[in-house]
Amino acid sequence: MDIIFNGTSRAIPHSITIQELLDQLHLDCRQVVVEHNRSIVARQRLADIVLDHGDTLEVIHFVGGG
Amino acid sequence: MQIKVNEQNYTVDDDLTAGAVRDRIKADADLLIINGFPASAETLLHDGDLLILIRRGETPDAEELDALLAARHTPGVHDAVKQSTVGIAGAGGLGSAIAIALTRTGIGHLIIADFDVVEPSNLNRQQYFIDQIGLPKVYALRDTLTRINPQVKVTSAHLRLSPANIAEVFGHAQVLVEAFDLAEQKVMLIETFAARFPDRPIVTGSGMAGYGPANSIQTQRVAGNLYLCGDGATAAAPGTGLMAPRVGVAAHHQANAVLRLLLGCDPVTEKA
Repeated sequence: MDIIFNGTSRAIPHSITIQELLDQLHLDCRQVVVEHNRSIVARQRLADIVLDHGDTLEVIHFVGGG
Repeated sequence: MQIKVNEQNYTVDDDLTAGAVRDRIKADADLLIINGFPASAETLLHDGDLLILIRRGETPDAEELDALLAARHTPGVHDAVKQSTVGIAGAGGLGSAIAIALTRTGIGHLIIADFDVVEPSNLNRQQYFIDQIGLPKVYALRDTLTRINPQVKVTSAHLRLSPANIAEVFGHAQVLVEAFDLAEQKVMLIETFAARFPDRPIVTGSGMAGYGPANSIQTQRVAGNLYLCGDGATAAAPGTGLMAPRVGVAAHHQANAVLRLLLGCDPVTEKA
């Protein structure tokens, strides 16, 4: 199944949660903001949301400094 | 002829000197500036001249300051900005510069939250003074902002922001500025505020360390209501410190994005 990941189509396994996808991509959930179907997802919900075919996911990685 | 005196329009007789106009409008002024240059009282005025009358050491009153800003920014822009409330999370290199830019813009109300005190090492990029070392940043910054424009309302929250208090501290903010230092804190703030106020824009900063090209710092829309200013990549690290010029570029990207949002403009494109 495919989702739109950061603007590009990407094949992902069925029944995978957002947290599992982040883990596969070695993305630290403490340093990324995740937008799922146009809503920003709170960190504690990342493991609850199972991705569907056609979903849109934006993962914004943050670096320190300010 | 038509002239402007202290940014206000006046119709006066031809062949008047600056001193004659001063005597009529602000007799105690001891400094006369015509079209940007100091001038003597005997100087003849011409149609279209801009005359500024200053009494040295005098603070303009609220009405005068308001008129000056309205004249500079146009009344429509000034009124919109003046009625706005903006939250700033973090009063370091980004937050202090953003607060100053928004104060000079005439923002109505700033809510600034930070737990930190001014340290000597902050002075390389943060908008504090050497005599403010040791003061809580939110109070030092409020003093500075009040010296720039006493009409701006500043709410200083000297506390550590957490998921438990973010909605309360920034409940009145139409736009939230993320100006933290640590990536984890940036993410925590955005997640918490977006969950509570999904329709309110957030302007965040990521990637402004070092002295790489200023042109690599951009304003982008990275999610529905989330705008990111920075190069997105250059973290603060040993050998790549945070420095005033590039942090200032990112901060002013953020301040300009806030201004555009308050005026109903798209922060990224020319769209109104």
